[in-house]
Amino acid sequence: MKYLTEYRNLEATKKYLELIDKTITKRWNIMEICGGQTHGLVKNGILELLPDKVQMIHGPGCPVCVTPLNLIDKAIELLENGVIVCSFGDMIRVPGSKKSLLEAKADGGDLRILYSPIEAVNIAKKNPDKEVVFFAVGFETTAPANALSVLHAQKEGLKNYSILVSHVLVPPAMEAILDDEFCNIDAFLGAGHVCAIMGYREYHPLAEKYKIPIVITGFEPLDLVQGIYLAVKQLENEIHKVENQYSRAVKEEGNKAAINVIKQVFKVGNREWRGIGEIPNSGYVLTKEFKEFDAELKFGITNIKVPENPECIAGEILRGIKKPHECNQFGEVCNPSNPLGAPMVSSEGACAAYYHFSNNDILK
Amino acid sequence: MDKGELGFDSINLGHGSGGLMTRDLLDKIIFKTFSNPFLDQKHDGSIVKFDGPIAISTDSFVVSPIFFKGGNIGELAVHGTVNDVAMCGAIPKYLSLAFVVEEGLKIDEFITIVNSIKEAADNSGVQIITGDTKVVERGKGDKIFINTTGFGKVNSKANISTDNIKVGDKIIVNGYLAQHGMAIMSQREGLEFESTIESDSTNLNFLVNDLINEFGNKIHLFRDPTRGGVASVLSEIAQDINQGVNIYENDIPLEKQVAAACEILGLDPLYVANEGLFITIVDAEIADEVLKFIKNDEKGRNSACIGEITEEHQGKVVMYSSIGGKRIVTPLIGEQLPRIC
Repeated sequence: MKYLTEYRNLEATKKYLELIDKTITKRWNIMEICGGQTHGLVKNGILELLPDKVQMIHGPGCPVCVTPLNLIDKAIELLENGVIVCSFGDMIRVPGSKKSLLEAKADGGDLRILYSPIEAVNIAKKNPDKEVVFFAVGFETTAPANALSVLHAQKEGLKNYSILVSHVLVPPAMEAILDDEFCNIDAFLGAGHVCAIMGYREYHPLAEKYKIPIVITGFEPLDLVQGIYLAVKQLENEIHKVENQYSRAVKEEGNKAAINVIKQVFKVGNREWRGIGEIPNSGYVLTKEFKEFDAELKFGITNIKVPENPECIAGEILRGIKKPHECNQFGEVCNPSNPLGAPMVSSEGACAAYYHFSNNDILK
Repeated sequence: MDKGELGFDSINLGHGSGGLMTRDLLDKIIFKTFSNPFLDQKHDGSIVKFDGPIAISTDSFVVSPIFFKGGNIGELAVHGTVNDVAMCGAIPKYLSLAFVVEEGLKIDEFITIVNSIKEAADNSGVQIITGDTKVVERGKGDKIFINTTGFGKVNSKANISTDNIKVGDKIIVNGYLAQHGMAIMSQREGLEFESTIESDSTNLNFLVNDLINEFGNKIHLFRDPTRGGVASVLSEIAQDINQGVNIYENDIPLEKQVAAACEILGLDPLYVANEGLFITIVDAEIADEVLKFIKNDEKGRNSACIGEITEEHQGKVVMYSSIGGKRIVTPLIGEQLPRIC
């Protein structure tokens, strides 16, 4: 726990808050990419401690939030056809077009909540007469374990295991945000866990092309305020480069073993993002050699397409154009018991984070 | 009791038929284990006498897995209800005990559960005075469900009510948060992780009663934060009394392994279930003495004052984070789900 308590230190955090205050001369919009960072900012009350000139914009880095509606419908279709569907926990309450995975479970579907996709391979082994599908969502962070599950299944000769892939990548999403005509982002806090896997070499061209500071940042309070300080310092000095605040976990070249596993199983391909639409080369798809592990092909469900809920502005939230409380549905019509869209479900979702932890009227 | 004397290995539908097999199960296990003057009459119910007000509380127990580190569903079914009665300021005396058993439950598992009910009841000073056993088909239950109802005489010195809570009152817990929930979580299929975290399941009735005897009506409330955790109970209280609640992250007692497990799984210990924990809200002037008193008890070694009642932010709980920030603590919605990464 030492690595945690040290990074939750009041004095050190205060010091960086004061540094931000001393350095900043004008208003800057800083986007934290990762939902874990949004969660950390709100849970620790950091948004209230930052000077007004720092505006944090919440990015698209919540894996649950960006998984398109039709993928959830596909998973439900599988459940309703007797397939054992295994999923990470916070995916199961996200509403599909008709119901959530949790509701499909209540209707008799065999849904298993897991921490590790390797466990899903074990379930496939134990149930040779059943089909088992792992709902492989997430950014680069979850890709190595998901890829590894496929390698394990192949090694074991399992024919009843496949994955429903919805893997997305951070750099193309950043680029899509920067290319948006409404974009007002001045700097990024890069997603620490994603970079722990991938490193940050691919961010240099982004910082250069868009003249934007990118600070790879961790998740604890001290990480976050230090990351914000480094971003502000760059902005005030008109510098735009990649910096690594999270050096205790992130190396420039990333985790080579993890990257190798990803490369064996996945290749970069087009991906649809919830509320944003299709972004070219923005995700992972299974390579030809591993097509037999593609649940969409195996069960012929590639054609399930459903429109997003028009009342939900998740797309604008995820692109940082609007904040959750600027949505007309926020809190009243849409809340964690009755979510219209994914950002209200996941604890990393910007809407849920605002709903749970933040109420500016009360806290000020 | 060992299963050799019983002549059967597992419970089947016949044991819930009400016929000879039911009688056999009751005689050889239930009546034998819990024998007391009430139960020995083998009547449809029991007649008991109380002087003055009584507190009654009921609870159903459906925990899975039924055996976990630090306990099993049997003792949980006793502690849970005993504690609920105690939270009303009463001294629990009698329990009803009803089983819904899924056919196929191994008899030695059933015996282990029954024995631990007996032990927990003895330790809590309560008698089982009536009960029921039903058997359901395989697939219609989850091994075993238990319902208990507790009856206790209200301590004449107790004045437990949210109406008594006032601004400035202190909020005290008797120990570490989230032990039970994390012990269960560590053994759930698909979520298993290595730890020595044990459930905190225990009876709190004697400590609670001692507190009432010592401090009387200066103690304003007892609540046990089982499902939904401390956050949900405090949110309910804030809404009920229409005052604010402040709590301080740095003061919340957390065992290191539990804190680490919560970090890894992305769970907030404030929302995790407890089974041997109570929250008491007391007059500020006795808070230090209460804390000292609880710390002297074996079940309160890690007791701490975690916050107070305030007139600010009425109806809401606000947590002061370790770095000096603030956030609203909302009640738990649905089940707390592990995060992806």
